[in-house]
Amino acid sequence: MQSNILNMVVVLTTITATVGAILGGVYKLTEEPIAQSSARAQEEAIRVVAPDFDNNPIAESNTIENNGQFFVVYPAMKEGQHVGAAVKASSRNGFNGEIVIIVGFEHDGTIRQYRVLSHGETPGLGAKMDEWFRTDKNNQSILGKHPEHTNLTVSKDGGDIDAITASTITSRAFLEAVSNAYNAYMNQPIDVLSGSTTHTADDKMVDALSGSTTSCGDETKSQPHNEEEATL
Amino acid sequence: MNKLKIILNGIVTENPTFVLLLGMCPTLGTTSSAINGMSMGLATMFVLMCSNVVISCVKDFIPDKVRIPAFVVIIAAFVTVLQLCMQAYLPALYQSLGLFIPLIVVNCIILGRAEAFAAKNNPFDSLLDGIGIGLGFTLALTLLGACRELLGTGRIFGLTIFPEEFGALAFVLAPGAFIALGLLIALVNKLKTR
Amino acid sequence: MLTYISIFITAVFVNNIILSQFLGICPFLGVSKKIDSAVGMGAAVTFVMLLSTIVTYLLQAYLLTPFGLSYMQTIVFILVIAALVQMLEIILKKVSPALYQALGVFLPLITTNCAILGVAILVIQKEYTLVESVVYAVSTAIGFTLSLTLFAGIREQLQLNDTPKAMQGIPIALITAGLLALAFMGFSGVKIC
Repeated sequence: MQSNILNMVVVLTTITATVGAILGGVYKLTEEPIAQSSARAQEEAIRVVAPDFDNNPIAESNTIENNGQFFVVYPAMKEGQHVGAAVKASSRNGFNGEIVIIVGFEHDGTIRQYRVLSHGETPGLGAKMDEWFRTDKNNQSILGKHPEHTNLTVSKDGGDIDAITASTITSRAFLEAVSNAYNAYMNQPIDVLSGSTTHTADDKMVDALSGSTTSCGDETKSQPHNEEEATL
Repeated sequence: MNKLKIILNGIVTENPTFVLLLGMCPTLGTTSSAINGMSMGLATMFVLMCSNVVISCVKDFIPDKVRIPAFVVIIAAFVTVLQLCMQAYLPALYQSLGLFIPLIVVNCIILGRAEAFAAKNNPFDSLLDGIGIGLGFTLALTLLGACRELLGTGRIFGLTIFPEEFGALAFVLAPGAFIALGLLIALVNKLKTR
Repeated sequence: MLTYISIFITAVFVNNIILSQFLGICPFLGVSKKIDSAVGMGAAVTFVMLLSTIVTYLLQAYLLTPFGLSYMQTIVFILVIAALVQMLEIILKKVSPALYQALGVFLPLITTNCAILGVAILVIQKEYTLVESVVYAVSTAIGFTLSLTLFAGIREQLQLNDTPKAMQGIPIALITAGLLALAFMGFSGVKIC
């Protein structure tokens, strides 16, 4: 078809307008299912990790912000009794970007179950964390452990948990997120930056609140960066 | 032209991955496992079929000079529809394919077929061409995904063939994508010269 | 400042756009037979990526998000990039024929370069600020140019070698790219906070 200014403009405008209208329609149609499916995914994750509950944890959730990172506590209630909670927590010290997990706690703070919600770790290495820390083998499981009595750091750093083979950085970040989740659950100060398990020191509160970035990445820097590649 | 021939043409003689060497980005980026490769192939096939049919229907009303922009808008529309539907009904898959779903827009295969086939043929033939090329792409991606998954983790479609410890993890990671695809294309070349 | 350096290092080395994110493979394989053309393509991509990221970022921030039109993202972005490339071609031709001579041939190829659209979408997904987006776009383009040039250098040497017939051309190029990607994996995990 021959082109002139008029038919070019008319055709492009018609196409764009039609497409816009159709997309608007599809968007309206899918808006509801999209919202539902993300809500369902969240609810399912909470149901898996938290103790059996009969309340609505999402509606009663409590968000704690710390230095740009969000921790969400979803309380679990059964017949009016507080039985535990699911806590969404994250760590930015992962091997490749942020790790977001959800951890379930019994009423007293014992770790019940966890799930990894999103991460950018290496497939086959760091990505194993979704299974690793709940497999009952040697000292790798964190289930049934109480953060107060267990040193939630990798054994290499003097802790009680075995790191994922060849993925120490991921393991550290994961355990940092778990500790942070515990602190959020117990209403204790969260130390986002260093990721150490400190439950008592008050000065950590100041450190975390002032949002200092000085301690960031110290532990990763002191390690050889390519340790995950060692097994390739 | 024989109808079956149009479909076979897309799968064998003009296989987009092994023969035409188009659409390399999703080919490499989404084939860390067979299932991911297959999903990406099917998603691309959906867009390709829809865009081929629509473009073939409206081709007579589009002035030559704005042909490409008009095609791109139509393709982008179907990609967005796909994106919204996947988000709503297949959220897990949407997450694992990630950025590569919106990037179907710039997949050269789709614009290429619009230009080379849909703009010259009737809607039905264009649909068949979309199915053929789409299947060819899906098969190639599934094959590459299966090879990488097997060599890397010892599984195909999640089924264990040999223990994970014997796998060469590099095949699941970025370098393995290039190497596996290079070897597969070399194999296809070898078979062709026979 | 540290954030920007971190974005730079990550985009150039750690998450190199070609070798670890698989974006922009077509020009990577297509325009990498000679170092000269690789550098030219890199420059053109840098130019377009910077401009398109700024424009799409502003569109997203001031048009799409406020009016709840985020679902139009793909369509708007690809149109903006296509229009931008066309405009750039016309302007360059008029204003700087020398630059047009150098970059002109690569410009039409850039519209279908998924790295450009990929970066435009990524900066929105990563929720960067405008300055961070600009730094990210430029660093990504530098990473692109770097791997493209390295690859072209290797391919120039490869042509002198006697490769098996079935491996000639794309297969051996892909395997070379795989080895290059393996080398770049040495950077992974490097972190500057």
